[in-house]
Amino acid sequence: MTIRTIAELLNAKVLCLEDKIDFDVKSAFGSDMMSDVLAFVKEQSVLITGLANPQVIRTAEMMDMSCVVFVRGKQPTPEMISLAEENGIVLLASNERMYPACGKLYQNGLSGGSIATV
Amino acid sequence: MNEPINFHFKVDGSNFISAGEASVNVKKLLRQVGIAPDIIKRVSIAMYEGEINMVIHANGGTADVNVYPDKIQIILEDVGPGIPDIDQAMQEGFSTAQDNVRSLGFGAGMGLPNMKKYTDMMKIESEVGKGTKVTMEVNIP
Repeated sequence: MTIRTIAELLNAKVLCLEDKIDFDVKSAFGSDMMSDVLAFVKEQSVLITGLANPQVIRTAEMMDMSCVVFVRGKQPTPEMISLAEENGIVLLASNERMYPACGKLYQNGLSGGSIATV
Repeated sequence: MNEPINFHFKVDGSNFISAGEASVNVKKLLRQVGIAPDIIKRVSIAMYEGEINMVIHANGGTADVNVYPDKIQIILEDVGPGIPDIDQAMQEGFSTAQDNVRSLGFGAGMGLPNMKKYTDMMKIESEVGKGTKVTMEVNIP
């Protein structure tokens, strides 16, 4: 699934790196708890979260993720947007709640991927 | 002969917003040194959790990353309150973090377990009222 399709399915606004939205992503992880992102993410390249602070971007960067989707209408600050740009992470913002957002993406073929077993 | 490459950082404890900056830098520096991506990921995740811990519990501290030919060593030192019961602190879900930390996506008692999970060796030396030193190593195969 492309990031563009994610944006369309979730009626989301692209906040930065619009030139990268035709990138293909295979799987996603949904969480508001960044420690769990660090614990469980393996190769998932999309993070769906209702949390908006700079640690979300840093966590996504740590895990080599290429896209963060903010749900429940959360808006990142300009500082967060430039941090994401620096690190090549596309940011999307949607008014969907977490559960329907994940459901729509899953139903359309974006899987959960596998769990980290380091 | 085997002098390690050292990266030294001061971790600012007064500002949670900047927490994690040192780890992001380490990730980039290790990439420049030519370390394999999966090793870099494990080092930077473990250091990131440690850095967050130093900021939320100990008002910051210092971080040293030593790159040896066969391993990467991370030493985190603070002069914070110390850990009274290390076994308890190591349990998943045990946390003494304040609610404001939880609202930032951390403080759920996963930090130390995550650090152990992603490293090949972790040692915690701590004295209540004096501070904590965490030494971690990730082997380079």
